[in-house]
Amino acid sequence: MPRPINGITEADRLPRRHPSLWRDAGRRLLRNRLAMAGGIIVLAMVLIALLADVLSPYDPIKQNYNAILEAPSLRHLVGTDALGRDALSRLVHGARTSMTVGIFTQLIVLAIGLPLGALAGYGGGRTDNLLMRFTDIVYAFPELLMVILLQTIFGGSIYMLFLAIGLVAWTNVARLTRGQILSLKEREFVLAARAMGATGAVIIWRHLLPNSLGPIIVTVTFGVPRAIFLEAALSYIGIGVKPPTPSWGTMVQDGYGAIFSFPHLVAFPALAIALVMLAFTFLGDGLRDALDPRGR
Amino acid sequence: MAEDNILIDVQNLTKHFPIRRGIIFERITGSVQAVDKISFTIRRGETLGMVGESGCGKTTLARVILGLMPATSGHVYFDGEDVCSLKGEKLRLLRKDMQLVFQDPYASLNPRMTVEAIVRTPMKAFNLYSNAEQKEKVGEILNTVGLTDFHAKRYPHQFSGGQRQRIGVARALAASPKFIIGDEPVSALDVSIRGQVLNLLKDLQDEFHLTYLFISHDLSVVQHVSDRVAVIYLGKLMELATGDDLYREPLHPYTQALLAAVPPPSPRARRTERVVIHGETPSPANPPSGCRFRTRCPKAIVECAEIEPPLKEERPGHVVACIRV
Repeated sequence: MPRPINGITEADRLPRRHPSLWRDAGRRLLRNRLAMAGGIIVLAMVLIALLADVLSPYDPIKQNYNAILEAPSLRHLVGTDALGRDALSRLVHGARTSMTVGIFTQLIVLAIGLPLGALAGYGGGRTDNLLMRFTDIVYAFPELLMVILLQTIFGGSIYMLFLAIGLVAWTNVARLTRGQILSLKEREFVLAARAMGATGAVIIWRHLLPNSLGPIIVTVTFGVPRAIFLEAALSYIGIGVKPPTPSWGTMVQDGYGAIFSFPHLVAFPALAIALVMLAFTFLGDGLRDALDPRGR
Repeated sequence: MAEDNILIDVQNLTKHFPIRRGIIFERITGSVQAVDKISFTIRRGETLGMVGESGCGKTTLARVILGLMPATSGHVYFDGEDVCSLKGEKLRLLRKDMQLVFQDPYASLNPRMTVEAIVRTPMKAFNLYSNAEQKEKVGEILNTVGLTDFHAKRYPHQFSGGQRQRIGVARALAASPKFIIGDEPVSALDVSIRGQVLNLLKDLQDEFHLTYLFISHDLSVVQHVSDRVAVIYLGKLMELATGDDLYREPLHPYTQALLAAVPPPSPRARRTERVVIHGETPSPANPPSGCRFRTRCPKAIVECAEIEPPLKEERPGHVVACIRV
């Protein structure tokens, strides 16, 4: 038996919580007030989106010609639009559109960007060169133009809109993942894993990905409001979500013609867009600080 | 008999790193000669110490021996198998028997894995035991290195440097290897912890019949653990002898200078003759002709620039590469 080694004290034996880096980050996030405010708003928006049918007082696409362009009142809390549709119900259902766009496009972004970036970073050499030049080409293309092009090709269904936005927005995640993997690959613990006999798959899954996930989570969080904004912009110029499906972008556009007579029709959806964007940005900032405490 | 006893046989091992210039139209403009035609053997159960200044190619040598880097030329026979010619899955399977302990106990442990997961890495890699057995085994190995099973669920950042290094040792032991390379395994540790880890390594050697290649820049550390010692300078083997011979009677001027630089245990014990070398180590990208040490050697003569000194066996089991011996 080896000689006993000092350094283990009685205090060492006491049961303690053993925080992983993830749990540490979670604690830091919970302590960040601004980020938590953002998180609560995001959570509320998700709930509103999920429960849109229950929460909205009226059918969002039902037109009522007896209540056209009403100002906010007790019956219609944020008024009605030019077709007599209840604006609150449309706002609530608009949240559903926006959140779906935000989340689904980021899922597509992850599905394309993560494996592509990981492959480029881990493979290196020619694979890396090829994949990254392709990424550069997509990145160099004007985002809006590309989405408009794809929308024209795919036609206007909302799923195609996810796909269109996802297909232009993945480049950031791909580049970030590649950079992360590239720098982690040279770290000693990865070499150690290789020396211990770990296979390539184990190295990617257990060593490279978990350690590169932090910045990727942050980027994706920032990606959600960007996608929401892009959808709103597209809907505003009439090639996003097709009427009568409610979307904040279309609502702004609908109300824009009479902005001086009926400002509430523009103000509320615009506020909703701004609120969601801010909430996600605060949450993203908080996540960044929490996941990389040295980066501040 | 002699053949049978040899676990590691390194023959003319060379590792050059090409120096590339240009971004798109890359061309090779030279090479860093990190390891140059080094040969030696390690017997079963033996500890070969390897000393040299930083940048002399010790770490590169370790990585080439383990097949973590391809060799430029030469061979490494591990138990009769040529590591340098193996690739992919065959090479990976060989790693069960040869493991590595790293210098930096902070960089070499994945911060997102528990100690248990870290130590289990080699077991999982080679499907060694069942799930439950693996967990039990982790506890045993942690005990062996002076930690306990209640450490298993913790993360590396909850340990001190010395404890982390023991986790690194535990990981290297997990697959019951035959051969372990310690790449400066104690240089990052405090002097007080150093002795503990060194003794631990020695005890483990006795218990598991391990063979070590022990790399360090610290002569006293190497003396403490090694049976034989190899001295490396700028990627070249300068002298190789049993620890006793080398420390009592160093033949190569470089070894003499290294030993002279070790502070004596008491002021009165200072040896009269002291070899002092001056200047910087030359760049391995452009090493001196002939003997690589000649630019700093106090005994250098004109011939040293012309003849690349061959290794010759000056005494039984004591080889040295110097024409002035």
